[in-house]
Amino acid sequence: MAQPAVIPNVRVVTLTIDDRDLSAREDETIIEVCRENHIPIPSLCHLDGLSVWGGCRLCMVELEGQARLFAACATRVAEGMRIHTMSEKLKRYRRTIIELLFAERHHVCAVCVSNGHCELQWLAQKCGVDHVRVPYRQAAYPVDSSHEMFRLDHNRCILCTRCVRVCDEIEGAHTWDIMGRGTDCRVISDLAQPWGTSDNCTSCGKCVQVCPTGALVKQGTSVGEMVKDQHFLPILARRRHAQ
Amino acid sequence: MNTKKITVATAWLDGCSGCHMSFLDLDQQLFDLIAQIDIVYSPLVDAKELPAMVDVGILEGSISSEDDLDKARLFRQHCKLLISLGDCAITGNVPALRNQFKLADVLNRAYYETATVQAQIPTRGVPALRVPVKPIHGEVVVDVFIPGCPPRAGAIGYVLTELLAGRVPDPSSVTRFGA
Repeated sequence: MAQPAVIPNVRVVTLTIDDRDLSAREDETIIEVCRENHIPIPSLCHLDGLSVWGGCRLCMVELEGQARLFAACATRVAEGMRIHTMSEKLKRYRRTIIELLFAERHHVCAVCVSNGHCELQWLAQKCGVDHVRVPYRQAAYPVDSSHEMFRLDHNRCILCTRCVRVCDEIEGAHTWDIMGRGTDCRVISDLAQPWGTSDNCTSCGKCVQVCPTGALVKQGTSVGEMVKDQHFLPILARRRHAQ
Repeated sequence: MNTKKITVATAWLDGCSGCHMSFLDLDQQLFDLIAQIDIVYSPLVDAKELPAMVDVGILEGSISSEDDLDKARLFRQHCKLLISLGDCAITGNVPALRNQFKLADVLNRAYYETATVQAQIPTRGVPALRVPVKPIHGEVVVDVFIPGCPPRAGAIGYVLTELLAGRVPDPSSVTRFGA
């Protein structure tokens, strides 16, 4: 389920985030409360309107009294919770995660259609990643241009699975899925067939719009021209669950 | 106040010179900078030799050849502070696109398949190409990074001005990869 329906008469809890006293509905997650209160939490897999994935680990926060870190997108708030989102340790972890994403595949911003409209590029800047300390893997991944309207460049994919979830949960087609492990892991259309041959892809383009990088883009765009439009998602997700 | 000017050396390795052009785009701000710095070695000036000790070294471009590696090591040895200027120096960027192919295939593509006259791979007077193409900090320690393709003139001006004022600049506040 993408989003639980709003339950009336839900309890309200009080908590602190970065020493700010806040109140929230008890069915909310930490990242939702942070976004409502304009507390910036970086994330690449979480998207309002889609189910929780918890894969990118960028939204990790510290909870007082707990030794391990918690994914803000996958943790519900509770009474008396004391949350820290901006410690030096968290900043260091986030920076490292972003560097590893850049090193894993081939993210060359200067020659990317999403240059200037990319969430990975934007987060790198926000988190102060001005260079990558680990060696680049330099592995070549395929590009699928078989679809007449869209293109998939695995070199720029960060495996956030937003495309998989939006296609399944919102469009209802489930054209996308995930195949392979480790560095071989990649998104596939149908049973790893060329996207253009897919019978169940409706060519709606929702996967293209929710993709945070230049992995899924419109055909015919050149450097910097792929502007993403995600306004449809929260509207559709709310209407779907209001029924 | 110390009236001795800060000495600056620059070089471009495997880059397009765009970052140096962006530096020149500082226009009028260059005059303010020149009052404080002395460019002692650069493609922009006539000096042929890197002085024994320079305060700030600025390198554009990636390390793609043996000559690039020599220059990077020379700069590290002779510069107190080393700056990587632009995406090629920091990520490998466009020059590193060839890392996905075999070097022989790349040379064939450039000098045989696309040549219209005198198809031949140059060997005399040119440095050997290295595999893989690396960012500068892949070979020598770099102190400051200014991303961008190229970084805007204002971003370069900001970093240099902050350094001259004795502060630690935060380049991410003014520029990013691909900017």
